[in-house]
Amino acid sequence: MAKPLLLGAVAYAPKVVTIWEGFKEYFRRHDFEFDYMLYSNYERQVEAQLDGSIDLAWNSPLAWVRAERMARAHGLEARALAMRDSDRDLCSVLVVRSDSRVATTGELTALAGQMIGFGALDSPQANLIPRDHLRAQGLLAGRDYTARRFDELGGKHGDHIGGERAAALALMAGEIDAAWMIDGNYLAFAREGILPAGATRIVARSGSYDHCNFTSICGISAASDEMAARFTELLLAMDWQDAQVRPLLELEGLKAWLPGRTSGYDLLMRAVDDEKFYDAEGNILATDYRY
Amino acid sequence: MRKETYLPPIIDIENLGLDAGAHLLIKYGLGAIPPGGELRVVGSSPGWEVQLAAWCRAQGHGMSMQQQDGHPVATVIRGAADAGRWHDAAHAGHGDAALPGAVADQALSCWGLAARGATVEAGAPDIHFRLDRKDEVWADTAAVLYAQAVAAQWNPATAIDWNEPFDLPAAVEDAVAQLMTYLIENEAAALVVPARFLGQVHPHFREIQALLAIQVADEARHIEVFTRRLRLKGREPALSTAGGQASLKTLLDEPDFSVAGFLLSVLGEGTFVSLLNFLHLHAPDPVTRQIARLTARDEARHVAFGMSHLLWRLQQEPQFRTRLANAVQSRNDALANTAGLNEEVFDALILIAAGEFTPQAIAAGYVRVQQLIADMAEGRRVRLERLGFDKEAALHLAALHTRNFM
Repeated sequence: MAKPLLLGAVAYAPKVVTIWEGFKEYFRRHDFEFDYMLYSNYERQVEAQLDGSIDLAWNSPLAWVRAERMARAHGLEARALAMRDSDRDLCSVLVVRSDSRVATTGELTALAGQMIGFGALDSPQANLIPRDHLRAQGLLAGRDYTARRFDELGGKHGDHIGGERAAALALMAGEIDAAWMIDGNYLAFAREGILPAGATRIVARSGSYDHCNFTSICGISAASDEMAARFTELLLAMDWQDAQVRPLLELEGLKAWLPGRTSGYDLLMRAVDDEKFYDAEGNILATDYRY
Repeated sequence: MRKETYLPPIIDIENLGLDAGAHLLIKYGLGAIPPGGELRVVGSSPGWEVQLAAWCRAQGHGMSMQQQDGHPVATVIRGAADAGRWHDAAHAGHGDAALPGAVADQALSCWGLAARGATVEAGAPDIHFRLDRKDEVWADTAAVLYAQAVAAQWNPATAIDWNEPFDLPAAVEDAVAQLMTYLIENEAAALVVPARFLGQVHPHFREIQALLAIQVADEARHIEVFTRRLRLKGREPALSTAGGQASLKTLLDEPDFSVAGFLLSVLGEGTFVSLLNFLHLHAPDPVTRQIARLTARDEARHVAFGMSHLLWRLQQEPQFRTRLANAVQSRNDALANTAGLNEEVFDALILIAAGEFTPQAIAAGYVRVQQLIADMAEGRRVRLERLGFDKEAALHLAALHTRNFM
């Protein structure tokens, strides 16, 4: 048997096993040897890729930022091979109850003195980018507003949306005045009934940013460039119309794979610096980060 | 000449947010345009543009925002994903069985539990039902018989006057308890046989599924009223013989739907209709007579389904008649070493028909039971002839039927 291409992925939910077992079968059907290694958190996964334990990593945007910085610090280059159609141009929204004193038009000064809910410390979409957004508006936690963190499953980079859901519940319970969440989760929580129709308003939205990607680091993996290229080719060929493949795409939350791009991470990189999460070499600076 | 500028259709979701159902309006609008086509959307609820962007991303539609006269206008480009899901979908017949081609000769496992006529997504799990061929189960009258069964359901609590006063001699009441014991175990077989097939019939043949289900419910009700009559005067269930149960077990052991229906419904329940009609006429108390009238009506319907299915099957497969004849012969062979109808039941029938414990009454009861046995055999012969057996064969097979009646 040829040496398989080894992918790292983070086990943020039980379905992750189903997803990658399915992918393994798909690749095998196309005569491509593929295997995966699950990590309990993205930090360990990024470090494993840097030491050559895995050939590719299915990275969160924050893990991408760290991998890219660590690779650069080692004189290497990280590449984003592919991403989901649903990974592009996301934004986070700040949600208040309809009776909030905060105007709809994005005038956020009314947030002064209010309690704002954030997701997990390491969540790009529900903590880092939102804090950066408020900072850019001149609002700082502790000075202009009180931050309440709904921290669940550190090291999963917010993939586990429990933190956002807890914040939404706290918002409707009146425990906090506003809550940040990814735009898609706003609709999901409405469908679940956590956010009753008409009971909330969006008062701010972050800039657009991209989410996950398959990361390769040139020169460190044992797998050849041809293998990485073949992996990407097979991935992009996954067809939503194919009944065998569609359940996997549904589980992973996409309709089509797209070529990777790195233009959508600027906002997060700024937030990582401003919030002092990683340094320029990818070392972890956040002192209260547990994973 | 003025150049026409094409503008895609536009919908206004007004102040309805996508957190409150606006996606329905957009979906409807997109339904009218092909994949790759564009739909413009305007709205006024707070943050509708952000919500629309998130929704489009999740649905695989493209989206861009423009300003028009100072107001935001979204352009949604319909993606292929919603249509793609139904690529290679299966179409499983038609809901109305009367339409041509509505009921498939072979129901597919990938149709699973879907309603007949539904569009079934490719990749749905295979659900295997053993009885998935129309010729194995179908009867054109099933829907009508089901409707009749639904209309004819009766409530044991109110349909029977349990309080009507009567007092039988102890020996006759004992005979009723024995007969009820026998009826209960026979109806248990009549419940279990269709119930076992019910879970094996492909849901595509929903008329058959429904009819079997209500047949099972009928038998449950019969067991209830026979038990209640048995206990009405404080009796306990009486005797159950090895021979009787051996006879019923041959029904439970029959794996073929048509053969089982032939043995149970056409021969067994058909014979039971004669027995219940007999009880309706001759039972010594009003409660037993009422019970017999109501249960006979249900049993007659079960016989009608058995006949209808077999007539249909024999029309498709005339050689199946030989298999039916063999089944009667095999069952007779299998039961050759058993006692058949237990003596207690036979005696109980005589006493019930007699109504009192005197030589004259018993003599009259005996004659009536002899006539019943002859009527039962004649009924079987008539039904066998309707199924296309010639006179001689029908007579022969009618006589081979189990002495246990069912």
